[in-house]
Amino acid sequence: MLEIKNLHARIGDREILKGLTLTVKPGEVHAIMGPNGAGKSTLSYILAGKEDYEVTEGEVLLNGASILDLEPNERSVAGLFLAFQYPIEIPGVATMTFLKAALNAHRKAKGQDELTTPEFMKLVKGVAEKLNITSDMLKRPVNVGFSGGEKKRAEIMQMALLQPSICILDETDSGLDIDALKVVSEGVNALRAPDRAFVVITHYQRLLDHIVPDIVHVLSDGRIVRTGGPELALDLEKNGYAAYVADAAA
Amino acid sequence: MAAVKETVDQVLSIDVDKYKYGFVSDIESELAPKGLNEDIVRFISAKKDEPEWLTEWRLEALRRWQTMEEPTWARVEYPPIDFQDLHYYAAPKKTAGPKSLDEVDPALLDTYKKLGIPLKEQEILAGVERGERPVAVDAVFDSVSVVTTFKAELAKHGVIFCPISEAVKTHPELVKKYLGSVVPVTDNFYATLNSAVFSDGSFVYVPKGVRCPMELSTYFRINEKKTGQFERTLIIADEGAYVSYLEGCTAPSRDENQLHAAVVELIALDDAEIKYSTVQNWYPGDSEGKGGVFNFVTKRGDCRGKNSKISWTQVETGSAITWKYPSCILRGDNSRGEFYSIAISNGRQQVDSGTKMVHLGKNTSSKIISKGISAGRSNNTYRGLVSVGRKASGARNFTNCDSLLIGNRCGAHTVPYIESKNASAIVEHEATTSKISDDQLFYCLQRGLPEEEAIALIVNGFVKDVLQQLPMEFMVETQKLIGISLEGSVG
Repeated sequence: MLEIKNLHARIGDREILKGLTLTVKPGEVHAIMGPNGAGKSTLSYILAGKEDYEVTEGEVLLNGASILDLEPNERSVAGLFLAFQYPIEIPGVATMTFLKAALNAHRKAKGQDELTTPEFMKLVKGVAEKLNITSDMLKRPVNVGFSGGEKKRAEIMQMALLQPSICILDETDSGLDIDALKVVSEGVNALRAPDRAFVVITHYQRLLDHIVPDIVHVLSDGRIVRTGGPELALDLEKNGYAAYVADAAA
Repeated sequence: MAAVKETVDQVLSIDVDKYKYGFVSDIESELAPKGLNEDIVRFISAKKDEPEWLTEWRLEALRRWQTMEEPTWARVEYPPIDFQDLHYYAAPKKTAGPKSLDEVDPALLDTYKKLGIPLKEQEILAGVERGERPVAVDAVFDSVSVVTTFKAELAKHGVIFCPISEAVKTHPELVKKYLGSVVPVTDNFYATLNSAVFSDGSFVYVPKGVRCPMELSTYFRINEKKTGQFERTLIIADEGAYVSYLEGCTAPSRDENQLHAAVVELIALDDAEIKYSTVQNWYPGDSEGKGGVFNFVTKRGDCRGKNSKISWTQVETGSAITWKYPSCILRGDNSRGEFYSIAISNGRQQVDSGTKMVHLGKNTSSKIISKGISAGRSNNTYRGLVSVGRKASGARNFTNCDSLLIGNRCGAHTVPYIESKNASAIVEHEATTSKISDDQLFYCLQRGLPEEEAIALIVNGFVKDVLQQLPMEFMVETQKLIGISLEGSVG
């Protein structure tokens, strides 16, 4: 589903990814853990196509096709979704309006007709309810004045609405209290499907208690330095990154 | 995406075909000879079969104008205008005066149809059956009004809605009383020019206590080349009356500049309210600044009566140069003035626009919300005056000017003037300037929105407070127009 081969990338003069390789198969949940500055968020931005980064070497394939030459919106309609660590505010644009524009852009790209307003409302309501998102929140401008928890729930709502094939969750647990973490995790788990995969980027093990990964990777200094099962995350929680970071440096 | 960074290159790709109203209608015109002198003024007046007093009024304006100089204080630059190289009168040949629709040249009806303005009442009524609200339209083509719809229906309520050239004949007492009473003949260079040569425009009178039953609108179209359009609009809301009026404007894409110098006067008597909305989409010129309409307009409303209210809403997307300050004279006690503006400039457009709120009566209040959006290599200036007179105790003003920049070769400027002669006045001014951030764009793109759609969405959010002031019928259209105006502003 998602194949990253020997990916090198830089921002300015600084090389951040130094030969990252990762294969994600349909239905799998991968966790990427690592210390600050390992390149976790960079990886998510590069996959989504943020322009500040330059890919110098390597390949990224989504469902067998290279996406590195695609615009961010083309990657989105090809099925790649990024749940932002810090969702962006768009003043004056109602969340509902934003969702409709996004959904219709996806439908248009697939050659489908736009949804009628009643069809759309029904769809959104169904998705929003599961994430405790009120209709009041849907009327408010995108992420403006949202609490940390509301922002993250809104990200998952967008994900549920757009039905991507590969979901990248960038530090989705940051800024969440335990109740919000549960709601968000349940939202993600509800979306797990045989034809959908997840890459969960996180700093802490606690998210992985709720979203249980199939495979855990340790990212350090721009490379995957260790891959294992869920037990790897527990070990990291107990012993810290020091040992792995040292490995990478050695 | 290289969104904001590549703006400049992309702007070069804007050309005339992005302006979808740029077509020319092949309609034979009767033109006045080029140039401006007493004979031309008499020619125009005779064409309109005007009474002697009006001919004299025009001639006085002309003599005054000949002694005046073009104002230069606005932040706009343009080559000198040769006022003797213009036609001051152009009329479609087949319609010498307003007639019934059956007599209107089908080519004209086609023009308006292409512009999305239905003029046949049965077509409009078909729309009503689909749930749309009817809008009465006065269509002005170059120098003459070609048709006014729903006149009979409005007359039932005592509302007069007709071309001003007709009102001069049918309601001379009203025209004589109010014409030039808000914008004096001597007001400024362009207003004085307009007074000398004004062609056509709309006249509205809403009698005492009447709430005008439908939206009124005038649609201005400049078609003929080397002409100026000098329309004159006069709207009077008598005691306790209410009227909402909308004007729309387009012009063909032409290499040479067209001149548009209009005067609009509004009068609100005791307890009356006038809501005046403009969607201005004159041809803006090409990406190198060739062609486009010079829009030098004087619009002023007089809250003459107590508790009266005048509200201006403008959406300015077109014209090569916009020089326009719709204002309110708050003469009546407790009167209110409002100004809501969206001004979008792209390519090489230059906008110098704002308002004047002149507080004269007691407990008067005014509100100014201005949203300027600059893209390409355009310049966008808000220029506003809030003045509080000695007797205007309890005056209150709130001003908010926000500017949004797209790219890094455009400019946004805010020039507020505040003068208060009364210590009890409260005048507030807020201003912000921001840029569409790369993060906002990236976020929208990540959700699948193409870049231009994303920009339009963000800009529509930015101008939302003002959009909401537009009549419902025009809100959606305006949202689309904003998208079209910003096409090519990004990569």
